[in-house]
Amino acid sequence: MSQIMNPPSSSRIKVRPAAEREGRKDYISIRDFGFYYGAKKALDAISLDIPERQVVAFIGPSGCGKSTLLRNLNRMNDLVDGIRHEGDITINGRSIYDPGLEVISLRRRVGMVFQKSNPFPKSIFENVVYALRVVGVRDRAVLEEACETSLRKAALWDEVKDRLNDSALGLSGGQMQRLCIARAIANRPEILLMDEPCSALDPIATGKIEELIHELKEQFTIVIVTHSMQQAARVSDRTAFFYLGKQIEYDTTEKIFMNPTQAQTEAYISGRFG
Amino acid sequence: MASSSDSSTPRGEAWVWFSGLGLIIGLGMVVGLLALVLMNGATVFWAPPVPVAQVDDGRVLIGQLAQRRIRAGSPADQPRYERQYQVGLRELNGNSYLWIDEAKIKGETFPADVLGLERVENGPAFVRPQTLRKSDGKIIPATDAAFEAAFQAEVAAAAAVREKLIDITRHRIGDVNAAMDQARVALRRAEDLKITDEVAALQKEIAQLDGRFASLQEEAKQVVAGGAVASLVSQDAAGREVVVPLTQVIRAWFPNRLDTWGRVNLFASRLGEFIFDEPREANTEGGLMPAIFGTLVMTVFMSLLVTPFGVITAIYLREYAQQGPVLRIVRISVNNLAGVPSIVFGVFGLGFFVYVLGGSIDQLFFADQLKYNNNTPVFGTGGLLWCSLTLALMTLPVVIVATEEALAAVPRGMREASLATGASKWQTIRDILLPASAPGILTGVILAMARGAGEVAPLMLVGVVKLAPSLPFDGSAPFLHLDRKFMHLGFHVYDLGFQSPDSDAARPMVFATTLLLIVLVVCLNLGAIWIRNRLRARFKGASF
Repeated sequence: MSQIMNPPSSSRIKVRPAAEREGRKDYISIRDFGFYYGAKKALDAISLDIPERQVVAFIGPSGCGKSTLLRNLNRMNDLVDGIRHEGDITINGRSIYDPGLEVISLRRRVGMVFQKSNPFPKSIFENVVYALRVVGVRDRAVLEEACETSLRKAALWDEVKDRLNDSALGLSGGQMQRLCIARAIANRPEILLMDEPCSALDPIATGKIEELIHELKEQFTIVIVTHSMQQAARVSDRTAFFYLGKQIEYDTTEKIFMNPTQAQTEAYISGRFG
Repeated sequence: MASSSDSSTPRGEAWVWFSGLGLIIGLGMVVGLLALVLMNGATVFWAPPVPVAQVDDGRVLIGQLAQRRIRAGSPADQPRYERQYQVGLRELNGNSYLWIDEAKIKGETFPADVLGLERVENGPAFVRPQTLRKSDGKIIPATDAAFEAAFQAEVAAAAAVREKLIDITRHRIGDVNAAMDQARVALRRAEDLKITDEVAALQKEIAQLDGRFASLQEEAKQVVAGGAVASLVSQDAAGREVVVPLTQVIRAWFPNRLDTWGRVNLFASRLGEFIFDEPREANTEGGLMPAIFGTLVMTVFMSLLVTPFGVITAIYLREYAQQGPVLRIVRISVNNLAGVPSIVFGVFGLGFFVYVLGGSIDQLFFADQLKYNNNTPVFGTGGLLWCSLTLALMTLPVVIVATEEALAAVPRGMREASLATGASKWQTIRDILLPASAPGILTGVILAMARGAGEVAPLMLVGVVKLAPSLPFDGSAPFLHLDRKFMHLGFHVYDLGFQSPDSDAARPMVFATTLLLIVLVVCLNLGAIWIRNRLRARFKGASF
């Protein structure tokens, strides 16, 4: 574990020993997972394991359920009325639907970056340290250190270090998205969910974020939903292909892109449908 | 609408014109109303030249032109006018205002010696001065060059005496009376409970207060005797002698001698009195300070009450309540609350706030007061608190609806971002949703203030009075007296316009008061809008 990942002395956020995180191949485990919006079935019998500290990409045509699955990993779908699920998702062996597990503490462990960058109408500094503020960290030194660490990890520090107190809404689109990443990793989650993080960005900003994903996977398990085949191929270790709510194929990215077992996967990847 | 398909005009074009017409009519009415109020209200304090008019029945009158109108029944192509003069001297003429047929006026002259007087009693007077009897007994004829200076000096001296007298009779004696009332209640209680040493102490205190009362009365007498001897002998238009003691004169001016600067000064002085002084003569003269102050305090207090209630309700309805038929009914009810006639809120306020709540407060906290002060209620009668609460209830739907809209308008992404970082729902509402929707909430508060400040009907039932003896805010603890009755500009307009003994004298004041009420509401709104714009600026990007 690198020096910057060590928590500030007074931080309340627990980081588990590195040894515990090594080698868990089924760090996130999705078992026979089905999901309904009202009567509409959005996901059907999904089963896949996401290994620790790898990047897993979810691909598939629009409406295939990949975002729904992603948003279930930190239970963001709880905000929607009339939802129902079957099967189970466990993170590090514990079900995320365990009644004893508060959804708030789950979300503190599973950070999320959204398709549309959504900074708060606050200063850059307050945006980054928001997650620490909500757990009650008041120590200015701790907040400042966390802010710098997160912004450095999000490759934004050099661009904004002189205007941390300016409004975050004055940043460019790519900077805003990197700010959102900095905000998502500020309280040191274990998992980072990214829902099409580059879909609204130009190629240069996209390149920066992809580089960032490469660096972040040293410390986080990353699940990314993307519409760009190239992006999935570039950043991910493993790829899952979904179609109409069903998991068609899940394997190493190399295998999926070079030698898919399913005809549908091959058709989608080669651009024949979707 | 043209139904032929080959018409080159797009269908619906006519409706654009109709809606434009609607806008013009609406704007025209608003502008017309404001112009009428502004013209009539702003000219009240202007002093025009005052003519001496000869009427062909031999009468002569001195009076300021008040109105000119077409005589009833005169032919439309050859209108005949009549003029209304404010002649003043109500004690001699019986009426301050006279209507004269214009055709019967033989001539008007503007002699320089016409003198206008504003008096403490009996309204204004327009006279031609003869002699001034000064305080030291000297008599100066009006033809003397030193007359005007000596006269104004005596008026100023008399005004100082009057101020002193008011200070003694109204304020200092008032304080003694208030202390006396309290002591008497305490004495009755002590006697009833047989606390002997307290009875003795209170009796001693009352004796002391009696002594102070007597000495103040003596002081007042001396002030009157010491300074109030100057008087002005003058003639009215008919040549009758009018003697005016100068302590009766508030302001004196020579309307036909004044230059523009003098008229502007007079205007400013009258405007100052109007805004900063207390009313006189059944509210038809003097100032409106208590009413301005009452309106302001009540409106601000109402805003402070309605904002938290409305915002909390809206947060519950939008963020926590289970969406469903029950909530829909609640929403419909809240929206309909905005359409309930305001007098209904007044009746509710009287029945619930004043009698039930106020009555209970009196039973609980002011039981002694009730028992030993002839059942005089404290909170169990109309007052500032109940007025503010009633209006807060009335304007609640406005704030609720505005807040709900503002909360709904916060981008979904912002809410999700907050929840995704592990913030609880309440933290998200407090830290993200409320700041982001603050401008929208303030818009609701602005609307509520505008409605509340102009409301009269419910206030008449729950605590607004024609003449309040004291302001709801003063130097004695607890400073803000929520139980006191107060005066209100809106009620003042009603009172002047419809309850005044002299409707002609009240008419200009109605316009002036209306203008003042509008200005006050605009000022309150501008203040709130300023705050809102500052908040909005915080949510805009610094640079792009």
